[in-house]
Amino acid sequence: MTTHATNRIVGSSVPRKEGVDKLLGRARYVDDIDLEGMWHGATVRSTIPRGLIRSIGFDRSINWSEFAAVTAADIPGSNHIQLIAADQPCLADGMVNHCDEAILLIAHPDKHRLREAVNAVHIEYEPLPPVFTIEESERQNVIVWGADNLLKNFLLEKGDVDSVWSGAAHIVEGEYRTGAQEHLYIENNGVIAEYTAESGVTVWGSLQCPFYVHKSLLAVFDLPEDKVRVIQTETGGAFGGKEDYPSTLAAHAALLSMKSGHPVKMVYDRMEDLAATTKRHPSRVRHRTALDHEGRLLAMDIDLATDGGAYSTLSSTVLSRATLHSPGPYVCPNVRVRSCAWATNTVPYGAFRGFGAPQAVFAIERHMDEIAAAIGLDPIELRRRNFLHDGDTTATEQVMREPVILDQLLDRALAESDYHARRARFAHENASSPIKRGMGIAAFYHGSGFTGSGERYLNSLAGVDVTPDGKVRVLVSSTEFGQGTNTILTQIAAEATGLGHEDVIMAPADTGIVPNSGPTVASRTAMVVGRLIERAGLQLVSLLREHAGLGAHYSRADFFAACDRYRAVQGAVVSLCRYEAPPGVFWDDQKYRGEAYPAYAWSIHVAQVAVDTVTYSAEVEEFWAVQEAGRVLNPVLAGGQVEGGIAQGIGYALYEKVLLQNGHMANNQMTNYIMPTAEDVPPIHVYFEEVPFSHGGYGAKGIGELPHDGPAPAILNAIRDATGVRCNTIPLLPEDLFHKLAAGQTVEEATAV
Amino acid sequence: MNAGRSFIEMTINGEKRTVQAPPMKRLLDVLREDLHLTGTKEGCGEGECGSCSVRMNGELVNSCLVPVLQAEGASIQTVEGLASNGKLHPLQQAFLDCGGAQCGICTPGMLMAATQLLAHNPHPSMAEIREGLAGNLCRCTGFIRIFESVIAAAAQDVEQQAQETPHAR
Ligand code: FES
Ligand code: FES
Repeated sequence: MTTHATNRIVGSSVPRKEGVDKLLGRARYVDDIDLEGMWHGATVRSTIPRGLIRSIGFDRSINWSEFAAVTAADIPGSNHIQLIAADQPCLADGMVNHCDEAILLIAHPDKHRLREAVNAVHIEYEPLPPVFTIEESERQNVIVWGADNLLKNFLLEKGDVDSVWSGAAHIVEGEYRTGAQEHLYIENNGVIAEYTAESGVTVWGSLQCPFYVHKSLLAVFDLPEDKVRVIQTETGGAFGGKEDYPSTLAAHAALLSMKSGHPVKMVYDRMEDLAATTKRHPSRVRHRTALDHEGRLLAMDIDLATDGGAYSTLSSTVLSRATLHSPGPYVCPNVRVRSCAWATNTVPYGAFRGFGAPQAVFAIERHMDEIAAAIGLDPIELRRRNFLHDGDTTATEQVMREPVILDQLLDRALAESDYHARRARFAHENASSPIKRGMGIAAFYHGSGFTGSGERYLNSLAGVDVTPDGKVRVLVSSTEFGQGTNTILTQIAAEATGLGHEDVIMAPADTGIVPNSGPTVASRTAMVVGRLIERAGLQLVSLLREHAGLGAHYSRADFFAACDRYRAVQGAVVSLCRYEAPPGVFWDDQKYRGEAYPAYAWSIHVAQVAVDTVTYSAEVEEFWAVQEAGRVLNPVLAGGQVEGGIAQGIGYALYEKVLLQNGHMANNQMTNYIMPTAEDVPPIHVYFEEVPFSHGGYGAKGIGELPHDGPAPAILNAIRDATGVRCNTIPLLPEDLFHKLAAGQTVEEATAV
Repeated sequence: MNAGRSFIEMTINGEKRTVQAPPMKRLLDVLREDLHLTGTKEGCGEGECGSCSVRMNGELVNSCLVPVLQAEGASIQTVEGLASNGKLHPLQQAFLDCGGAQCGICTPGMLMAATQLLAHNPHPSMAEIREGLAGNLCRCTGFIRIFESVIAAAAQDVEQQAQETPHAR
């Protein structure tokens, strides 16, 4: 056996590590777990968007002595959820800032008794004026957060945008809007918590980031680090929706456990999960773009605003990623992006696959088609003329030092989709048909890993150890929630140690056992954590060679025998590695300039759409996705990430609308919040081009979020191609399309100034 | 203590079981809480997501919509009843090979819907697969690899398997 066989396991579609458990129905999700003496918890929530709490009354019809109840006054530590800023209370104290904000918690041994009790708590409010939209918030007539409603803002500047307008051949403007989107993981948020005076707080839950929950619980309970333990249970989908929310839910359940003296389970039902937990930030992006006679970009002036909801939570980092993705994969000498996240009185918006990029990519890629129409250039050609290449600099003046193969990806996408021939055929057929077909494209990148200096601050630690019964264990806090963490990290460890995939297992995602390898977000697991596991595996082999006589060529038995010798002397066989930034990576937080991301994944999406001009429905008939995300570690899993992301992106574009009434989600049911079903998803063709990234796990970059960035603009561009009508807002439902098409504007003039 | 409860007898995965439960208790809760068969999942509780799908007398039902009373005397198959003699059912094997399960929360229901489909239509067309799985939501896969899994399982002559299970019609 040799450790240099780079194609042995990495790059092959080994089956999902926990797949058999899931298929047999024996994987244990949080709601499948029952603890001895366990009670159940429920939440009393605000029914108004903003106001003062005047009184909390308990209806006499309930025997409250059977229940445990918790308010803000019961919190032993800080009444704040620790994230970036600590402005969000764990429980509302005297004031509410959004509908469905948690005010009071109750627990009872019988979960079927809870609903009645929740309804028997009466809260009196003194309402205050709420703010519901970006426009209302930026007007600042009513201040609902801080001094000015501004949760965060950025200014990104390259060159001198204002010097360009007067000499430009073309100036094109546009405004683009995106709505909120619900994650709709099929498993709702849920946790079990147990508090005892001796051991502190233990939480089991459906979550992405065990150490986020850990950090938050330390503050809420004012406990030392070793008195809080967080264990991830099998997690039924997350998509960002279990990045920050579980910190709140875990604190709630733990408070109830402390009060009741019992372990407490809190599992939301669908209506509560939809009404009370995070969603994707709504956005409004304005573009003003100058071009020369040949259609080359001269200046991009971008004004980007997001609705952050009632508390800051992750809005600053979502805004940052949106800002950095807003100029698209193009070279432009003069760029200015002014971005703001505004507070409103709705449930705080949070992380959702793409994390600001889908909003920004929708705007720029929709805008590119409007530019093409305005200046009379083919949308493909316009993009080609402006693509980034190796050696170019981005808007943050990051030099593209790794290969950029956008042209190659585009060529492949056009060939695989037969783009030109189909487009020509549809143009011919549409004239005589009530069904109008069109082809649309989107070109984009997604930055892998934390933005800017993020990975340096995270300073992740990860590794492997070897158990006495002969298993290599991957030690990470990186979690599995469907994307394939368990499988790819064990593949990498097996590859590095020269063992078989069956010889490697995952240590439980338990803060009492594993080091902090950072949160499972930002398409960072394969690239950043994968690299740490690769290094740790290779380091383990070196240690065994140096200290336990492992030979240059070894069998599985030799390896574990060497581990036994090493353990006899050293006590344990452990190899840990800490994050090291790729050389030359520098980000200036003050100037908002430099290496925005260690690496980028690139993609071209092509959508074929049919618009029925009788029913006003738009249907995606076929979809092509070509991407370069470094080395593909497991083709089946990577393909599944792309397809799943595209299906969510189709929902984002055409189906999924969060309807707010007075700040409360009115359609908080699966019957009226509609996602694409098995009958709606078109054939999706997925192609990878591989350019290994030298600082990713066996060459991998991030793939998880990339596929959600492209579908919405590709689809709306296809609708533009099919009908000549410009639709700049998503979701685009049949009623919206009706208004657009019925307005009689078959071919609308683009806003060429 | 047991007022308002009835004895209900069912055949679950080929085994006779009796539970004592309120007659209007959801079959889903009886399976999960009384029989500890937690493979069947709740995603919505209102008949939309299909993650609670089980086969009852050869029909696919959403167990969140079935009061246990209606299951009196019924023969019920859950995900726990698919594998036999320690061997994965061909559909389970196909889901494993093709990447039909990601987070796995929709998977038990999806497997039951696919079993139902193949029991009646051993070689379904793509349109029939889409229709057969239309009541089961998956947020992870975009369904593509689930379709491929069903096609792969159908290719292995699942017909015979389905006839061997005691609950197929
Ligand atoms: S839980 Fe029964 S259909 Fe969703
Ligand atoms: S695999 Fe996650 S919902 Fe289907």
